[in-house]
Amino acid sequence: MSTKSKSIETKSYFNQDERLKKVSKLRLLLNRPELGALGGAILVFIFFGIVAGDTGMFSAYGVLNFLDVSANLGIIAIAAAMLMIGGEFDLSIGSMIGFAGICIAIPAIYWGWPLWTSIIFAFSMAVLVGYFNGILVVRTGLPSFIVTLAMLFILRGATLAITRLITGRTQVPGLRVLIEDDPLAWIFATDTFKWVFTWLGSMNLIALRTDGTPLATGIPPSVIWFIALAIITTWILMKTRYGNWIFASGGDKNGANNVGVPVGRVKISLFIGTAVAATIFATIQVLDAGSADTMRGTLKELEAIAAAVVGGCLLTGGYGSAIGAAFGALIFGTVSMGIFYTDVDTDWFKVFLGAMMLIAVIFNNYIRRKVTESK
Amino acid sequence: MSNYLVQFNNISKFFGKVIALKDVTMKLKKGEIMCLLGDNGAGKSTLIKTLAGVHRPDEGEIIVEGKKTIFDSPKDALDMGIATVYQDLALVSLMSVTRNFFMGREPMKGPPFFKTFDIDKANKIAAERMGQIGIDVRDPSQAVGTMSGGERQCLAISRAIYFGAKVLVLDEPTSALGVHQASVVLKYIVKAASEGLAVILITHNVHHAYPVGNSFTVLNRGKSLGTYEKKDISREKLLSMMAGGEELNKLEVELQEMNRSSTN
Repeated sequence: MSTKSKSIETKSYFNQDERLKKVSKLRLLLNRPELGALGGAILVFIFFGIVAGDTGMFSAYGVLNFLDVSANLGIIAIAAAMLMIGGEFDLSIGSMIGFAGICIAIPAIYWGWPLWTSIIFAFSMAVLVGYFNGILVVRTGLPSFIVTLAMLFILRGATLAITRLITGRTQVPGLRVLIEDDPLAWIFATDTFKWVFTWLGSMNLIALRTDGTPLATGIPPSVIWFIALAIITTWILMKTRYGNWIFASGGDKNGANNVGVPVGRVKISLFIGTAVAATIFATIQVLDAGSADTMRGTLKELEAIAAAVVGGCLLTGGYGSAIGAAFGALIFGTVSMGIFYTDVDTDWFKVFLGAMMLIAVIFNNYIRRKVTESK
Repeated sequence: MSNYLVQFNNISKFFGKVIALKDVTMKLKKGEIMCLLGDNGAGKSTLIKTLAGVHRPDEGEIIVEGKKTIFDSPKDALDMGIATVYQDLALVSLMSVTRNFFMGREPMKGPPFFKTFDIDKANKIAAERMGQIGIDVRDPSQAVGTMSGGERQCLAISRAIYFGAKVLVLDEPTSALGVHQASVVLKYIVKAASEGLAVILITHNVHHAYPVGNSFTVLNRGKSLGTYEKKDISREKLLSMMAGGEELNKLEVELQEMNRSSTN
């Protein structure tokens, strides 16, 4: 109470400023980084609902189709978003996908390793690559853009060279037969909730094949991974100490360091995160296709960054959300599949992708100014 | 001897051949505000970094609460209760008040291995602490970027106090502020001292320092020109000391002579 009388005096100085700061509930919502992506996703669904509502896009099969594409992109977009919030870029995500693919395929096919050991091998390599990226950026102080651009070329080149050296070709097929009975592969290769679809099929609620089984057989593993990652990363960002450190490291490296945030360790762990996410992406795709391809994942790093940016991440770090990146990926996935159901030539997809990103960057820039504006 | 909370005796720091600090001595009691005055290049930054544990002094000793200590890192200094608030404040403008307040030292709750950032508790403490200094943070989740310079300075100081500072080293806390805001910050500094902290206020603004300081140390070209109790020195004398008073006096004389010769 004794401090109260004292504080009233000082309060008056700030009161003039206080009035300028009144924020409505709407403004608070507008300040959330994922708002743009959420709005964009709703618009996209309304658009396709009108244009392609009766084409089968929104049948169980159609929905799972665009969800699968969104989810694959989403897995790497979420990791890219986390890293961007932490103030860094990873351009080597796409190359890491290709590299992880052959890290699984070559040991499994050519060296006779059990599939699960080669999957573990691939993830170990991902941790190494991520750690290397991170330590290089943290130790040298070079922009991560340059360091990971170098890694983009190195990894892609190594993938191609090693594969050709060992196999004499650029593709490694024959994985599908190994999935069955493998103790680990099912995590990346099993459709879930099959019974729901069987039941829906038996009730004639979803489309069936001629043999009576449903066209859509289950939720693809990518979607499960995607949803799980979105929930876990959002929880990390909002609810944990490490999450606070990510924002701090990206927002002001020196300031964070001065108050005791281990900025270097945070950044290295985020680089490991993107490499591991790329490997999850690769494992799902390689097991689904039954083969690894040295060119797999090309340009995926840019799509991931685009989705993260649409999801509200600032290129300068310190701001953004994982759930926003998930919505960003959902927008891209939905449009890339939905465009087949419309009369629009699919060639226009990239135009849309670019335009969407531009709008998002302009919007985010405006939001950032609003948030950081001091009176 | 242990009357003093912290003593910096004959601190010297050399960078190669350059003498950045030479024989600087400062002693502070609880509740005392010492103002460290100096023009640009006087060695203020080096001294701050030495106090904060960034630099290790080449000569001299640091005595905290009667015990001779050596700071190997900023963390050491912090653990001894010497908290430095730099000019950049170590605040992230895109992050909320609460998240800034507890940056690096988040309160946790929950069972081991599942500990989470106790954001409710953090919000409550941050709002309470800011309220105590008269800043009404209606929403502690608002970004620090929306606060004024004075409010940010107060936030940084309040954070240092909350995390157990005994000695506050403030680097130019009023330099970027208007008159109103500066006076609020100064008032807060006085309040902090009255609650038992020792404050080292580094500034080149005598007008801000004189009203709040108990003693004044003037630094010039890496050397201390002495420490004066407030009763022993006037504002004008301080001003002339730190601005290289002789130079200004000489200039004045020269100008007068020029005037005289031109009127003749």
